[in-house]
Amino acid sequence: MTLKELWHRLGSPRWFYQISGRLRLVLGLTALVLLVTGTVWGIAFAPPDYQQGNSFRIIYVHVPSALVAQSAYLLMGAAGVVLLVWRMKLADMVLAATVPFGMSMTALALFTGAAWGKPTWGAWWVWDARTTSMLVLLFLYMALYALRQAIPRPETAGRACAVLAVVGVINIPIIKYSVDWWLTLHQPATFRLTAAPAMPPEMWLPLLVNALGVYCFFGANLVGRLRLEILERERGTAWVRERLAGGQL
Amino acid sequence: MAGAGQGSPVAPLLRLDGLGCQRDERWLFRDLTLDLNPGELLQLEGPNGSGKSTLLRVLLGLYPDFTGTLSVAECLYLGHRPGVSAVLTAAENLRWYAALQGVPADVAGALERVGMAGYENVVCQHMSAGQQRRIALARLALGGAPLWLLDEPLTALDTAGQDLVRALVAEHLAAGGAVVCATHQPLGIATARRMVLGAGARAVPAGAEP
Amino acid sequence: MSRPPLPPPSQTGPVGVAGLFAAQLGREWVASLRTLAETLNPLVFLFLAVTLFALGVGGDAEALANQAGAILWVLVLLATLLTLEALFRRDYDDGTLEQLVLLGKPAFVPILAKLAVQWALSGLAMTVLAPAVGMLLFLPAEVLGLTMLTLLAGSPALTLLGAVAAALTVGLRRGGVLLALLALPLFVPTLIFGAGAISLAMAGVDVTGQLYWLLAISVLALTVAPFAVIAALRISLE
Repeated sequence: MTLKELWHRLGSPRWFYQISGRLRLVLGLTALVLLVTGTVWGIAFAPPDYQQGNSFRIIYVHVPSALVAQSAYLLMGAAGVVLLVWRMKLADMVLAATVPFGMSMTALALFTGAAWGKPTWGAWWVWDARTTSMLVLLFLYMALYALRQAIPRPETAGRACAVLAVVGVINIPIIKYSVDWWLTLHQPATFRLTAAPAMPPEMWLPLLVNALGVYCFFGANLVGRLRLEILERERGTAWVRERLAGGQL
Repeated sequence: MAGAGQGSPVAPLLRLDGLGCQRDERWLFRDLTLDLNPGELLQLEGPNGSGKSTLLRVLLGLYPDFTGTLSVAECLYLGHRPGVSAVLTAAENLRWYAALQGVPADVAGALERVGMAGYENVVCQHMSAGQQRRIALARLALGGAPLWLLDEPLTALDTAGQDLVRALVAEHLAAGGAVVCATHQPLGIATARRMVLGAGARAVPAGAEP
Repeated sequence: MSRPPLPPPSQTGPVGVAGLFAAQLGREWVASLRTLAETLNPLVFLFLAVTLFALGVGGDAEALANQAGAILWVLVLLATLLTLEALFRRDYDDGTLEQLVLLGKPAFVPILAKLAVQWALSGLAMTVLAPAVGMLLFLPAEVLGLTMLTLLAGSPALTLLGAVAAALTVGLRRGGVLLALLALPLFVPTLIFGAGAISLAMAGVDVTGQLYWLLAISVLALTVAPFAVIAALRISLE
């Protein structure tokens, strides 16, 4: 298969529907295994933090959800470019399917951040660099969600959201930098891809497992939503009718 | 009737090949194939909701969800909204159009052509709907594009105004331009080709009418 | 049948790109002056909101002065938002917007002219009015010049980024609140550097870096936003 053929096939909802059933199953099961392992390991077996005691264990939820929320927005920016430039239907579906997931993960990160902040800083909310960035990210997600709902025609709504997602992605690094510059009283980032983490391995390994798990969960969730979107949008086509008649969805 | 495209030395101003457009899982129109040559008028007919306006917007490139291919010459569009700014005078509106279209701003000539001479410095919000419509027609009279796409050009016009549209179209055709016109009332130009769009049905171009 | 020759299709015509820019500039200027009350409303709002702030704080000079930079910038953001609501609305309703997108060759020339006038009557006007607003907020006189500089450098980004949001919502019946939700998160960096620079300068710190940042954001917005605006307008006109 040449690259061009692959590109065309990627744009075909029908082809994607056919291959994605098993993919979703694999991703979902992997996510389940990883998340259970990481969470049990983190909560029951990882050593307590020498300063924060047991309250630090909320990072096993907080950090993975924050990571995946940011990645999901980047993915939407990429999908937006693909939709605007190549008009690929699947990209619009990725955009539509990612918003609710990303929005809930951002909310979860903010909520766990607040719950962690209370014992650590003595306040539910502190205007520090990363919580503020996450709050702005939540607003960016809400804007996409509201814009899609406000425009009646799905194709038009998709393209409008693509423009907004692209502009938002260009803005995110600037927002992050500006917020960092103004409000820096947070501890340095837990994960650095380049430098070795300061935590002992028995503390950060479960975090890594959970982070991988939540990405797999994102993948499974995305694929599942895409499949529903495909059925909904293609319900008039022959192949969906055939599958419906055969009862093999 | 001017030749059907293939053997003719002139390039068509509008070419549709298998054009189709779907909305909410039903075809508004499909498999439209047509060449429109200089000097030809195409009348789009059909009931409300049959896709006449949508077809015009597809031709303009304002509606990207269609199948098939099309090539369109440089065109002027007169839509439901008149395209006349109410806070500007007739002359200011037309001068702006001349700049956009890249043609000389013969404001007095264009206004005279549509029977609005002397209204140069009247702000358009003080005009009636029919007069504003005439200002919109005046920008057709400015010229600049070989293909005109008109969406219900007779709306809000009195009998004299409707005659004016007919005269403008006939003049443009005689000068080697082409016109696509979506309309409920036939323009009354004998050489018009007609295309009937039907709700949901597969529309076939009616071809040249005698 | 003998046919008189059709006028040649417009290449650049007698006007060209500069002429197109000038024509649009003139049109926007005249239209803004003819709806002067509408044009001035956001500026009146700026003063009204400052008054409300002072009343809320109880006219305490020290409390106001401490937060003057932040209050000023937040209110400029909101006033800009009010101007954006009207940016494309009238042209959308009367059909001239679709003509501009269809006929403008290239369309970003008239769009840029439109945004330039919009900025002159919002960002630039507020820069000029900043000393008066600053006086009401007891902003120390020695940072007044800097305050104007931050507004001059930062406000183009507000107009440009906000125009994208305005273009996306112009076709919607109740687009006002949505416009705020779309635009305000994009304004965050400008607000941080603008208000931050003023309060740092009040503490006696050099803020050249923050001014450069404001300029950089405006320049980036100038390169990206016009194209995003055109894409968004075409989407709204579908």
